[in-house]
Amino acid sequence: MALLEVSQLDVRFALRQGEVRALRDVSFTLERGERLGIVGESGAGKSVAAFSLLNLIAKPGFIAGGTITFDGQTLNTMSERGLRKVRGNRISMIFQDPMMTLNPVLSIGEQMVECLKAHRRISTKEARAIALDKLRQVQIPSPETRLDQYPHELSGGMRQRIIIAIALLLDPDIIIADEPTTALDVTIQAEIMALLLELCEQHNVGLILITHDLGVVSQVTQRILVMYAGRVIEQGSTREIINDPQHPYTQGLINALPQMATPGERLNQIRGSMPSLSNLPSGCAFHPRCDFINRADGQPRPACTQQVPAFVESGNCRVACHMVAEMLEDRRLKEESP
Amino acid sequence: MTTSTTTTTPSRWKRLRDSYLWYSFKRDRTAQLCLAVFICLVIAAFSAPMLAPTDPYDLRHIDIMSSELPPFWIDGADERYSLGTDAQGRDLWSIILYGTRVSLLIGFGAVMLQALLGVTFGLMAGYLGGRVDAFLMRLADIQLSFSTLMVAIVVGAVVKATMGSAFYSQYAVLMLILIIGLAEWPQYARTVRASVLAEKNKEYVDAARVMGLRSKRIMFRHVLPNTLSPIFVISTVQIANAIISEAALSFLGLGMPETHPSLGSLIKSGFDYIQSGSWWITLIPGAVLVVLVLSINLLGDWLRDVMNPRLYKG
Repeated sequence: MALLEVSQLDVRFALRQGEVRALRDVSFTLERGERLGIVGESGAGKSVAAFSLLNLIAKPGFIAGGTITFDGQTLNTMSERGLRKVRGNRISMIFQDPMMTLNPVLSIGEQMVECLKAHRRISTKEARAIALDKLRQVQIPSPETRLDQYPHELSGGMRQRIIIAIALLLDPDIIIADEPTTALDVTIQAEIMALLLELCEQHNVGLILITHDLGVVSQVTQRILVMYAGRVIEQGSTREIINDPQHPYTQGLINALPQMATPGERLNQIRGSMPSLSNLPSGCAFHPRCDFINRADGQPRPACTQQVPAFVESGNCRVACHMVAEMLEDRRLKEESP
Repeated sequence: MTTSTTTTTPSRWKRLRDSYLWYSFKRDRTAQLCLAVFICLVIAAFSAPMLAPTDPYDLRHIDIMSSELPPFWIDGADERYSLGTDAQGRDLWSIILYGTRVSLLIGFGAVMLQALLGVTFGLMAGYLGGRVDAFLMRLADIQLSFSTLMVAIVVGAVVKATMGSAFYSQYAVLMLILIIGLAEWPQYARTVRASVLAEKNKEYVDAARVMGLRSKRIMFRHVLPNTLSPIFVISTVQIANAIISEAALSFLGLGMPETHPSLGSLIKSGFDYIQSGSWWITLIPGAVLVVLVLSINLLGDWLRDVMNPRLYKG
C-alpha cells in the first residue's frame, strides 16, 4: 500500500452565494520517497489540495467526501489531537513566501525549538542541538548565530533555507512544498530547489511539489498531477507528460513555456482564463478554451459540452479528455478490424 | 565549524538604543518631559512612607487644632506643614503622597485586570471565531452598556449590605480594582480582537498550525506578541482612564474612604471647604491629578504615533 493515498477527495466552501466545490474527485497516491508534482493555474485547487491533506482547510471550507489515508490512518476523520501528531512531525509543509511564514517576533532558534518540543520530550538544549544540525544541513553560513537572529535580519533565500530546515526538523515522511520558490529571485530559486531535492533524496522523504513552474517540476519530480478547475485532468510519469502531453490543457501549458516560442514571436498562450469555480461550464470545464472541441470532420464533439470526461488510460498516463478517449477508441477499432 | 561572519546578537539595551522608539524619544521634548514627570510622581508616591513628614493614616499624629492651615506661601502658615493641612488637621503634602500612591495602585491594578480579561477574551474571540467570538463580543457589548459608575454603585451596595461597610473600607483598594477592571475590559478585548483578526490570516499562523502546535500555544506565543503595540498604546489611555474613574468614584463617595484617601477622595474632602477659603485642600490634589493624567495621556499619544507606522509623518 502506498504511503499516502488520496481517493475521491471532495472539498467545498460554504459561501453566502452557495457551495463552491474547490476540489472534485481528486485521487492520487504517493509512495515512500516519491516526488510528485501538482501543477495548474492559480485557482486550480493546488493549495487547497495541499491544505486538505493535513485537514487544515479553514472555514468556510470543509472536506465533503473522499478519504486521505496516510500510513494506514485516515487523516480526514482523525481527531484534532491525532492530527497534531502527524502535522509537522510526519508530514510537514513549506509555504510560498518565506517573508511571511516565519513569525517576526520570535527568533529562529525559538521557533525551531518550539516545533521540536511540541512533538518530542526533549530539553531546550537538545532541541537547539538538533536545530543547529538541521541548519547545517541546509547549508546556512554560521548557523550558531542564526539561531538567535530574528527573521527580519535574514535574506529571503536564507529564510527559505530555514523554513526547509524547520520542515526537516522532525524527519518527516512527506514534505508538502507549496510553491516554495515563487517568491525568490531566479538564481536563488535554482539553489533552493537543488537543496530541497538533495535533502529529500538523502533522507528518503516524499515530496509533494505544488507549482506552476513546469521547468522545476520536470527536474525534480517523478510523477505529475495536472489540475484544472478543481479536478485532476491528467496524471502520469513526469517524463511522459512533459514529452508527450495528452490533454489539450497540458499541451497548452507546455506550449506556453518561453522556450517553446519562436524567437521574435509572441508566446503561445492558452486563450481565455480559468472559469470561476462557482460557475463552471457544462461538460468538460476546459471546453470553452479548448482548440480541439471539433472532430476531425469539423463538427463539434457534443460530449465536450455535455459530459464530464472520465479518465482513460493512455500509455502510463491517465487523461480526462473526450478527444483523447475518441482517438484511443478509433485506434482500437482500427486494430480490431484491419 | 568555522564562523566566517562575526555578527553577534546585540544586547537588549543596544537593541533599544538602535530602535526607532529610542530615536523618536530622543527628539520628542514632550515625551521626555512627560516621562520625567511621570517617573517622579511614581517614585514619590511609592516612597511616600520615607518622604512624608507624618503618617496620615496614624490618628495619633493628627491634631484637630491645626486643621485648615494654609500652604507656606500664605500668611498664617505653619512651617511644619509645607502645603498646609486639611479639614482634619492632616499634613496635605503627606496625604497627597499617600493619596497618589493609592490612585496609582488602583490605576495599574485595574488596568492589569482589564488587560488580563480583555486580552484573553479578545484573543479567543478573534482566533477561534464563530460562536465563541459572537458570545464574547456580545458579553463585551453588554458590559459596555453598564457604565463604570453603575457597576460601582451596584457592587458597592451589595458588598456593603452583605459584608458591612467596615469590610468595604478595609478592602476598598481591591474593590475599586475589581470594579474598574470589570467595567472596562471590553476596550482591550475589542482592540485585541481587531488586531488578531488581521494577524490570524498571515502565513506564519498557518505555518504554526502545520507544525502541529496547539491552538492555545499559537494564540499566546505566536499571535499575541504580534498584537502588542496596540495593547501598549491602549494601556496608557486605560491607566489614565482608570485613575480618573477612581477619582470620580471617590469624589462621589463610592471609592476610597476618607481615612485612606486617594486623590479623588482628597478632592472631595476639601470640596466642602472651598467656599470657606480653604481652597488648597481641593486644588492641590486636583493639580497633582491633572499633571499625572496629562503626563500619561501625552506619553500615550507619543507612543501611538511611534508604534503606528500609518501615522508616521517623517
